[in-house]
Amino acid sequence: MKRLGFYLPIAIFAGVVIYLAVGLTLDPHKLPSTLIDKPAPEFDLPPIEGFEQGLSSQDLNGEVSLVNIWGSWCVSCIIEHPILMEIKKNNIVPIYGIDWKDPPGEGAAWLKKEGNPYTLIGDDADGRVAIDFGVTGAPETFIIDKEGRIRYKYIGPITPEVWNEIIFPVVEELRK
Amino acid sequence: MIAEIGHFALILGLVLALVQALVPWWGLRANNPLLVRLTERVAIAQFGFIFFSFLVLTYLFVVSDFSVAVVMQNSHTTKPLMYKIAGVWGNHEGSMLLWVLILALFGAFLARRGSKMRAGLRIRALGIQGMIGFAFILFLVFTSNPFARIFPAPLDGLGLNPLLQDPGLVFHPPFLYLGYVGLSTAFSLAAAGLLEGKIDRIWARHIRPWVLSAWCFLTFGIGLGSWWAYHELGWGGWWFWDPVENASFMPWLFATALFHSLRVVEKREALKSWTVLLAILAFSFSLIGTFLVRSGILTSVHAFAVDPTRGVFLLVLLTLAIGGALALFGYRAPKLKPLGSFSPVSRESGIMINNLFIISACLTVFLGTFYPLFVDALTGNKISVGAPYFNITFLPIMIPALVLLGAAIRLPWKKGSLKQVLYELRFALISALVIGALVAWFFWADSVVAIGGVVLAAWIAGGTLTDLAKRIRLKGSPIKDILSRAIRLPGAFLGMAIAHLGVAVIVLAITGVSFWRVETIGMMDIGDQLHAGNLTLRLDKAFLGSEENYDLLQGDFTILDGAEVAATVVVQKRYYPVRGMETTEAGIHSTFWGDYYVTMGPQAEDGKLAVHFFRNPLMPWMWFGAILLVIGGMVAMIGGHKPSSKAKESKAS
Repeated sequence: MKRLGFYLPIAIFAGVVIYLAVGLTLDPHKLPSTLIDKPAPEFDLPPIEGFEQGLSSQDLNGEVSLVNIWGSWCVSCIIEHPILMEIKKNNIVPIYGIDWKDPPGEGAAWLKKEGNPYTLIGDDADGRVAIDFGVTGAPETFIIDKEGRIRYKYIGPITPEVWNEIIFPVVEELRK
Repeated sequence: MIAEIGHFALILGLVLALVQALVPWWGLRANNPLLVRLTERVAIAQFGFIFFSFLVLTYLFVVSDFSVAVVMQNSHTTKPLMYKIAGVWGNHEGSMLLWVLILALFGAFLARRGSKMRAGLRIRALGIQGMIGFAFILFLVFTSNPFARIFPAPLDGLGLNPLLQDPGLVFHPPFLYLGYVGLSTAFSLAAAGLLEGKIDRIWARHIRPWVLSAWCFLTFGIGLGSWWAYHELGWGGWWFWDPVENASFMPWLFATALFHSLRVVEKREALKSWTVLLAILAFSFSLIGTFLVRSGILTSVHAFAVDPTRGVFLLVLLTLAIGGALALFGYRAPKLKPLGSFSPVSRESGIMINNLFIISACLTVFLGTFYPLFVDALTGNKISVGAPYFNITFLPIMIPALVLLGAAIRLPWKKGSLKQVLYELRFALISALVIGALVAWFFWADSVVAIGGVVLAAWIAGGTLTDLAKRIRLKGSPIKDILSRAIRLPGAFLGMAIAHLGVAVIVLAITGVSFWRVETIGMMDIGDQLHAGNLTLRLDKAFLGSEENYDLLQGDFTILDGAEVAATVVVQKRYYPVRGMETTEAGIHSTFWGDYYVTMGPQAEDGKLAVHFFRNPLMPWMWFGAILLVIGGMVAMIGGHKPSSKAKESKAS
């Protein structure tokens, strides 16, 4: 029995090789989204400082919506911010914000300075919900359908082109 | 014609590698010293031919011979000479040629310099080195020929990925490969030791300088890579847990554990099978890293080529090499009997426990790196595991290892007493706590962890210095005696002390950058100011320009600390028309206490610049700590042998 233990490394290695072999047949360039067409991960985030209400996965049911991952520390978030404000102003689609890894108070201060495009905001200070969403970096935007399933993921800032050509058409489609 | 000569030299190298892989076993059976001599010569000749072939490729890059596909795809006439040369390894084919070149270099060293090593061990190791070389040159020749021509030859090339056009990156791959591939000698010597059936004190002494040299190169290579990411990627961070960073970090962790446990084999002839396993796994992880980067299984900054045949070839190669060595381990390791026993409180135990921590930490990195791939293979879901995962899994495992480090260096071999060690280290412990309290008092950072990091760094440094003081008997001896003892300190000990101080400095730097960082973001016009704490950032000038091979948008900034000018920095966004790519040259001003770091995002439609401003405290200490690690490794490697041990060695062999 003790002798067999010495074969454990090669047994584990055999498993790794099988995975690598399967992995080779897959295409890493395909849309890198987690949970496309799966329900959004369960979560219940507290509000950020100065807000009454947080954000939970329950809030995503019933209506097509966007979930936007941002942080006051994120350079590119400032780029997409004016577009998010436009969406909010024209009431096109509700945007739920997940404030990712912000020190206490900084997210709220940023929104006060720049304007708040979000319907509800959850504070993901330790970044665990972002892990569940498979977030690679901020900003990232998920499109959620009426049943609370993730239907699309966009990585990077939303520019006018991205909004017009990708995100808005998907939102329209899901509303049908 | 010249390209064909290079190709031909490579094929000769392939043939010689095959000879090197086969002759030793025949030589051992026939017990023929001539065949042993032949193996050595072949190993050196193989290096000669591959080196020649590498020089040819370099020449083709320098003269911009665009009839060669690799040159066309990765070079351009307007590129500065340094980057033309760096272009040789800035692509898949060339970097694999560099890989093979370094493998042959280590083989040649083993053949030439290993003559003090017992013949049975060296000759087997050369044979195994030959097998690895043969497989990789085969891979190069059949799937990634760097000398392939294109017809008709275009007038100009496509240029080197501009992200890679940075002095840090000119040297990053060669050093990283020297480390990666240097571990092949540890692998070969481990397998050779298993075949020979002798894993003992002398084996440990033979393998140690190879492990240490590879580790030094790897440390330096990883350090350069991190430095490059900090300067060039413009994200303000220095480590991103990118899969390819992890691919170089895992062999580093294994090599670190390896030379620690080698010490136990050398001193006490214990932990033999564990040490051999580490030696095999260290290089195995280098191979897996190569596979990750070269197979196109992951995409990242580092992935050059995506070609399925390459992936399959590499996977087969890796399976044979690692599988073979692990099978040998399973078959032979049970026969290795430890000579020395040790009690639970002893230097051996300390090293063993630290080893377990390091390897567990490494496994979390492995899981985080491969988990997305596993999930994809099982369910077809694409997920990614980011820095948060690594920070919550890796760090908690490393922290106890570092706490233990401070104490374990004072533990005696065989059997020690915890009480005794703590008594000896009382000054280190008290001063670490006092320093922690002072830092908490003056620079409270909203986090107990931050203070913990400072205490930890002080504790490691204190333990190391206490150990040093005890060694030279600082207390109660005349100065002359102390000095003469200091001069005669063995290199292995001195190297250890330097490297451990390096660890303390790095822990402090990481703590500083993570917890005392100040940053702010804003849109800026010329004359605008951004505030972060006491600091003010002012945009003085912004303009467009153009250089030899790129256009640029430059911002000149002044940083004020209170009312005083602390620094002026220049940030550039570069646009490389040949590749259609943008890079950021962060504006960094380093002082003893930290860096001012400014980067710009894209220009918004109203002409304002998105600016990210950081104060990164203690950042330069990170690079200093890494240099201490390398120096420590080198000192331990060069001065590792005491004169008396040589006599014993020659008698034993």
